[in-house]
Amino acid sequence: MEHSNINLNLKVWRQKNAQDTGKFETYKAENISTEMSFLEMFDVVNEKLINEGQDPIAFDHDCREGICGMCSMHINGRAHGPWDGTTTCQLHMRAFKDGETVTVEPWRASAFPVLKDLVVDRSAFDRIQQAGGYVSVNTGNAQDGNALPINKELADASFDAAMCIGCGACVAACKNSSAMLFTSAKVSQYALLPQGEPERKTRVLNMVAQMDKEGFGACTNTGACEAECPKEISISNIARLNREYLSAQLSL
Amino acid sequence: MAINNRIPAGELAQKWSTYKSTCKLVNPANKRSIDIIVVGTGLAGASAAATLAELGYNVKTFCFQDSGRRAHSIAAQGGINAAKNYQNDGDSVYRLFYDTIKGGDYRAREANVHRLAEVSGNIIDQCVAQGVPFAREYGGLLSNRSFGGTQVQRTFYAAGQTGQQLLLGAYSAQMRQVSIGAIKEYNRHEMLDVVTIDGKARGIIARNLVTGEIERHGAHAVLLCTGGYGNVFFLSTNAMGSNVTAAWKAHKKGAMFGNPCFTQIHPTCIPVSGDHQSKLTLMSESLRNDGRIWVPKKQNDTRKAFDIPEEERDYYLERRYPAFGNLVPRDVASRAAKERCDAGYGVGTSKMAVYLDFASAIKRYGKIEATKQGLANASEDEIIKMGKQVVKEKYGNLFEMYAKITGEDPYTVPMRIYPAVHYTMGGLWVDYELMTNVPGLYALGEANFSDHGANRLGASALMQGLADGYFVIPYTIGNYLADEIRTPKIDVNQKAFDDAEKEVKDRISHFMNNKGTKSVDYFHKKLGLIMWDKCGMARNAEGLKQAIQEIRVLREEFWNEVRVPGSADSLNPELDKAGRVADFLELGELMCMDALNREESCGGHFREEHQTEEGEALRHDDKFMYVSCWENKGNYQWELHKEDLVYDVIHPSQRNYK
Repeated sequence: MEHSNINLNLKVWRQKNAQDTGKFETYKAENISTEMSFLEMFDVVNEKLINEGQDPIAFDHDCREGICGMCSMHINGRAHGPWDGTTTCQLHMRAFKDGETVTVEPWRASAFPVLKDLVVDRSAFDRIQQAGGYVSVNTGNAQDGNALPINKELADASFDAAMCIGCGACVAACKNSSAMLFTSAKVSQYALLPQGEPERKTRVLNMVAQMDKEGFGACTNTGACEAECPKEISISNIARLNREYLSAQLSL
Repeated sequence: MAINNRIPAGELAQKWSTYKSTCKLVNPANKRSIDIIVVGTGLAGASAAATLAELGYNVKTFCFQDSGRRAHSIAAQGGINAAKNYQNDGDSVYRLFYDTIKGGDYRAREANVHRLAEVSGNIIDQCVAQGVPFAREYGGLLSNRSFGGTQVQRTFYAAGQTGQQLLLGAYSAQMRQVSIGAIKEYNRHEMLDVVTIDGKARGIIARNLVTGEIERHGAHAVLLCTGGYGNVFFLSTNAMGSNVTAAWKAHKKGAMFGNPCFTQIHPTCIPVSGDHQSKLTLMSESLRNDGRIWVPKKQNDTRKAFDIPEEERDYYLERRYPAFGNLVPRDVASRAAKERCDAGYGVGTSKMAVYLDFASAIKRYGKIEATKQGLANASEDEIIKMGKQVVKEKYGNLFEMYAKITGEDPYTVPMRIYPAVHYTMGGLWVDYELMTNVPGLYALGEANFSDHGANRLGASALMQGLADGYFVIPYTIGNYLADEIRTPKIDVNQKAFDDAEKEVKDRISHFMNNKGTKSVDYFHKKLGLIMWDKCGMARNAEGLKQAIQEIRVLREEFWNEVRVPGSADSLNPELDKAGRVADFLELGELMCMDALNREESCGGHFREEHQTEEGEALRHDDKFMYVSCWENKGNYQWELHKEDLVYDVIHPSQRNYK
């Protein structure tokens, strides 16, 4: 692949801790190979900051292959940056032009408080999962895996929802900071499978209640979540959640 | 030190069932007053934590990520093996056991591996019951595919995200226990020491990575489910945060390290593109079901892949290993790629890559599709279009990932791949009960050395992690804890905790006050290069001796020259990295010592001095049929103990995939 080196101006959100008000700082990213990933570009900038005796920019990252859901940068106004269906760690510098100014912010949502610089606290997602994102089956109780055939289309649709990596881009993209795409993906995964059936109603009610309790906003169907989701989780899951929720409420 | 692996007596196939029905039990009331710490929340940690909490124990989980769901098991792509024989193609518990022992080049314990094969089927059942959306056939039943080193289809999968789906299943079980208070989570926490009292593991020292606070946690047993140490090479397929620190601290507190030099180099990874590279990305082994690996027959061929005619291509795996072809085990495939590249047949700008080509699979699937749809006169273009669609359904996410990283379209241009560090078969030595030689301290999953010998077969890591967590530890831990029911809650205000905490704090303050000039990564990258060049895919005595010297020099420089910015009482990723690299700098030396000691080739450990005329690994069973168990004597001194491997059922032979 053809590649070149580019220079960028970075405007990065710096915030010492949760109490600090925070502000943008500008940095130069020089001699950046277009073959680098966006996070590798940050590695280069940080290495320079360290060598100059400054505090490097804190950001969350781990697997760097688009699956752990840890990376979480809001780049030029888009969650995970300009490429569709891509996490920050899989975004490559080919996406940028020489001389461009790139603005990088943390996820912005009251339910995701900033811990430092670009690092936010997403433990609210864990608590939504704890409210019902499971099948209550203890280890050792299972019947044979093939005892219950499952329609392939339903299994595939369940998988498509289960691909959610829990990164929080949907919340960051939403003007209401709603967590509906995340919650609906988990609700859908189980609602589509026979294993999810026994707890189907309590699950959706409890998970939605927890979501509201965490301070996520309401869903107004703008579709920003689906557009920004790095795993392209469909907004039709939200419609399914709404149906599940309604029918669960009606049958109470 | 006498080595006791506590393998139960009796016939191999009966050992586990006999053990289960005779081991000691802890009654439900007593379980409620027993505390267990689980460090790491990957497949092994999450499954163990959930299962132990279900049984009634009080569990605390620790992970350095912001959520348990992010552990690196999540990145496993291809699948999980199980001896279900759903495909009616001759699979059985014995055959999975046999393939795993043979794949490991006869350096694993028979009893452990047989148990693994026995429980493999239960894992699939359990995951299905949890709502893991495995791939299915149109009839609604579970689908299988093939992985390397086997001739049956026993790999269950969820597209290219099997690890993610299995981990989220285990994580959901864990979250369920958190919701009822049976598990207390400590995320963004890193374990920095094990605390032992009267020789038994009684707790840990952990650092809250957000506040920097040093915490003490006591427990009746400590489980390390902290993964492998491939990041000692800096570049690997591991996550950036994957590290050896928890296992290494345990090692320094007396736990032996088993077979540290056994490293798996995975044959199909995206090649290194430049100095900036921070990690390497795997292209799943499942791709070798359909992709054909080749290089040009002519040395230094600079033509594009497309311009090289069929008869000028060398499908070297199919040529050398006709019986297994592109699905030979990983160690064999990696060495074969290295051999071709070293001999000047490599492709791409660096010449350190080979092709993984889907053109013939695309055509084959396209023709099947055309037949299915009754299109007798489909054109070549139509066939290719349909074939690409089938390949997309099977491997779409992997192809996309490849395209994003390289900027090339693998549907039209063959992938360029090269081997990269992926997994470590070595790890903390454990007995049959998964306990290290420190009573009360266990190691599960990749963190232990136990089941894969000198080479792990594809789709067996997920199997082992979940086997250990769901089906082994719930039984074996009871056998130990039954004698601990009179031990009251562990008081963390004891001297052993004071001492361990002081050591942790002293080390942190050294880092913060060291007025060095070089970043942590500077040292990590240097260490990685030494390890890759001299303790990587091929090793020799001279190189290993040099590596040991170089690591010692580098380690000294690290302690004098490392610069850690920021403060110790806030979120400080550089400080976290400094501690991890300090431990890698010790582990690296031990890996080289182990590789130097093992004067034979086996599995992923290839000593250039020991190869057959055809360049295959040459074992010396008369001298090295043992597990190397290294005891830390302090001051960078180690003593080697040997656990002899006894083969009662399988007769070790030269591995043959031809």
